[in-house]
Amino acid sequence: MEVIFLLIAISLVVAATFLFLFFKAIKGGQFDDDYTPSVRILFENQPKKTIKDQPKKSKSYE
Amino acid sequence: MKQSFPTQTRPKCYHCGEDCDTDVLVFDEKEFCCQGCRLVYEVLAENGLCEFYSLDSNPGKSQKSGAKLRNRFDYLDDPDVAKGLLDFKNATESHVTFYIPQIHCSSCIWLLENLFQINAAIIGSRVDFVKRKVQLKFLHGKLNLKELVNLLSILGYEPSVSLSDLDRERAPQVDRRTLTKLAVAGFCFGNMMLFSIPEYFSEAELLGEGFKGLFDYLNVLLSLPIVFYAASDYYISAWHAVRRRSLNMDVPIVLGIVAFFLYSLWEIFTQGNAGYMDSLGGLLFFLLLGKIYQQKTFATLKFDRDYKAYFPVAVTRLAKDAEEVIPLTKLQVGDRILVRNEELIPADALLLSPHANIDYSFVTGEEVPVPTQKGELIYAGGRQRGDAVMLAVQKLPSQSYLTDLWNNGEKPEERLQLLEPLANRISGIFTWTVLAIAFAAFAFWIGKDTPMAFKAFTTVLIVSCPCALSMSTPFTLGNTLRIFGKGKFYLKNAEVVEKLALVDTVVFDKTGTLTDPAKASIDFVGETLSQETRSVLKAMVRQSTHPLSNRINQWLDTAQPAMLEGLSEAKGAGLEGKYMGQVFRLGSSEFTGAEKNAELKGNVVYLSVESVVLGYFHIQSGLRQSAPEVVQALAGDYGLHILSGDHDHEREALSKRLDAGIKFNFNQSPSDKLHYIQSLNQTGQRTLMLGDGLNDAGALRESQVGVAITDQVSHFSPASDAILDAGSFAKIPSFLAFARGSRRIVKFSFGLSFLYNIVGLSLAVQGLLSPVLCAILMPLSSISVVVFTTLATHLMGIRKGLIHLDPR
Repeated sequence: MEVIFLLIAISLVVAATFLFLFFKAIKGGQFDDDYTPSVRILFENQPKKTIKDQPKKSKSYE
Repeated sequence: MKQSFPTQTRPKCYHCGEDCDTDVLVFDEKEFCCQGCRLVYEVLAENGLCEFYSLDSNPGKSQKSGAKLRNRFDYLDDPDVAKGLLDFKNATESHVTFYIPQIHCSSCIWLLENLFQINAAIIGSRVDFVKRKVQLKFLHGKLNLKELVNLLSILGYEPSVSLSDLDRERAPQVDRRTLTKLAVAGFCFGNMMLFSIPEYFSEAELLGEGFKGLFDYLNVLLSLPIVFYAASDYYISAWHAVRRRSLNMDVPIVLGIVAFFLYSLWEIFTQGNAGYMDSLGGLLFFLLLGKIYQQKTFATLKFDRDYKAYFPVAVTRLAKDAEEVIPLTKLQVGDRILVRNEELIPADALLLSPHANIDYSFVTGEEVPVPTQKGELIYAGGRQRGDAVMLAVQKLPSQSYLTDLWNNGEKPEERLQLLEPLANRISGIFTWTVLAIAFAAFAFWIGKDTPMAFKAFTTVLIVSCPCALSMSTPFTLGNTLRIFGKGKFYLKNAEVVEKLALVDTVVFDKTGTLTDPAKASIDFVGETLSQETRSVLKAMVRQSTHPLSNRINQWLDTAQPAMLEGLSEAKGAGLEGKYMGQVFRLGSSEFTGAEKNAELKGNVVYLSVESVVLGYFHIQSGLRQSAPEVVQALAGDYGLHILSGDHDHEREALSKRLDAGIKFNFNQSPSDKLHYIQSLNQTGQRTLMLGDGLNDAGALRESQVGVAITDQVSHFSPASDAILDAGSFAKIPSFLAFARGSRRIVKFSFGLSFLYNIVGLSLAVQGLLSPVLCAILMPLSSISVVVFTTLATHLMGIRKGLIHLDPR
């Protein structure tokens, strides 16, 4: 049964990882605007003219 | 001679979807209503951005508003202004965020995010639709700020840049900290529940002694972030309340948290028992959830705008016969400034030009411009209509008559005292009662069973921790806020709901609030107008943007416009049209050569043909359609007052149509309005002020609840507690009744949570409250209160007609 010690440790590490990712998402501003992305995702990408350097990471708005 | 005009369906503009009623421009086989719209299409077509038109039908905004001045963005070249506006700047790149109220559909988002296809110097742009903001990143070596703004304005997305944008104190509007705290609490709570379940089902013993201890210690570890981070707001709030020698709801919460934590530590480390850490986690998780729910804000609306949000950033100064555009902040008393058509008067100033035509609609709500003569004082906030005028500045913008009114008066925090939230009033009694019960239980047990005495004392504090109690307010008020928002009544925060419920006096501003410019009553007095004359008039007035022309245009409703040979507008005087060789004049008495009729009140527009006066239009502002019903509905429960800046010539007409119980007050200056509200407050009346203009700003601030009425909610409105869309004016009685109803719901749910407290307390005083009971009772009470308030508010919303159920 001692394996449970290990499992608990793993489960806590996994959960903490998700918490950390959530913090990152909050900091990146993902929860600041919960409407526009839902519209943006429906736009067609134009194959030719789309420029790659459109900022991918949403930086914080400072 | 009569002429019949063929009826035709007018083509719709491909860009903005408006009827093309003047000349239809055909370009690229598409119809456009004006050059502006055609130009936008041309720019988009050239850059392969016509997808703009396929996302939404006719997504553009009409560009009719006319020729704008070429140099109106010159102030953006000023390094101080640019520095104030830019978010970020390095050697090559600049970032700037603009507020663009014109953003209204998905096509707008698409176009603004594809700006880089029009100008390569734009690296990227990102739209925040809810806030109507766009963040632009551009290479300032190839494109300066002025050119960028020009590009946006050509496309019909002219950013609204006002003086307040230059103050660089833009805190992130979304409160990320509460969300982070909720995440921490949720993480800890979830894991603590998992570690506590074996204990509740006696599984821990099966696993062996080591596990039970481990689970308890892990719970202690997980409780630390909750107690020392997630709960921090409650400590601060409780501490502030205690220092002010009052008790708010957060005081018993903090008592509970401390009791929870210390007692559980003692249980776990000295007794080897499980403690109540999981319930503590649940408590904070639910509390923070309620907090987030209550924080609903209407991000597009600004309730605390000061005069800076209204004034322009720059002004044209005349120095040594040369024009220069300077930032408003550098304007000095005595400067001579030039104000062009449609521009705002930024400071109280003397008129140096022979005459001006000032539209004070933002100030008074009356949109008919006021003619002003040389040497008269013009107040800041007016807008010039007509040719450019020269002014001499008398006072700085920050000290003008209206901003003075705005800045003086009591601070909003000070006036809140009269209406304390229900929860705060109850919490005082609640806290003392709980402490009394805890000490009584302690005194009862102390002689017989000392450990039991401590257990009873702490568990009383734990179980009575007003989780359910403190959740009933945020959820009821949060729901009310959302339901009001659907009815286009936007409150600044949840507290306003409680204040609305307690209001007993309603004060209306007349112009623009009770009256509606679009509902003007028009009479033509004079010779009967022939069909032909009507056609000529129609052709004349529909070309003019003057508000009186618009009203006559509406009055001429069905007339078909005639073909004119010529038309000219003398700004501030009238219109002159030529038809079949005859000169038609429509306008002031001087312009038409009519004898002025001093008896007439309201606006008078004379008509002459070949210098023969045919008669005059008598135009009076009409009541809003629903105004009599609203007044009637409120008359029973509220004291009603009307404040008007106008002369009292409309008193009779008004009192005939409105209930006689209203107190009318005419000739009220803005400071009179403020003092009127003050005197009502001093007699203990709880006032709700409804107003629309800058001249109501003082009164709106002074009243317990100030509601600004506006036709376009995203546009400027004076600082207020709530913003009401003018279309929802008829629903005011429902809103007020709903606010009272939601206060009853709060009271009822308090009763419900007291019930849980009584059950919990009766177990706690006997020392019977086990961790598992606590873990069941606390979430159960919270959830049932949330379910109850949500159901009750929505049911009430349906009954009051504020929620419309989908007919399907």
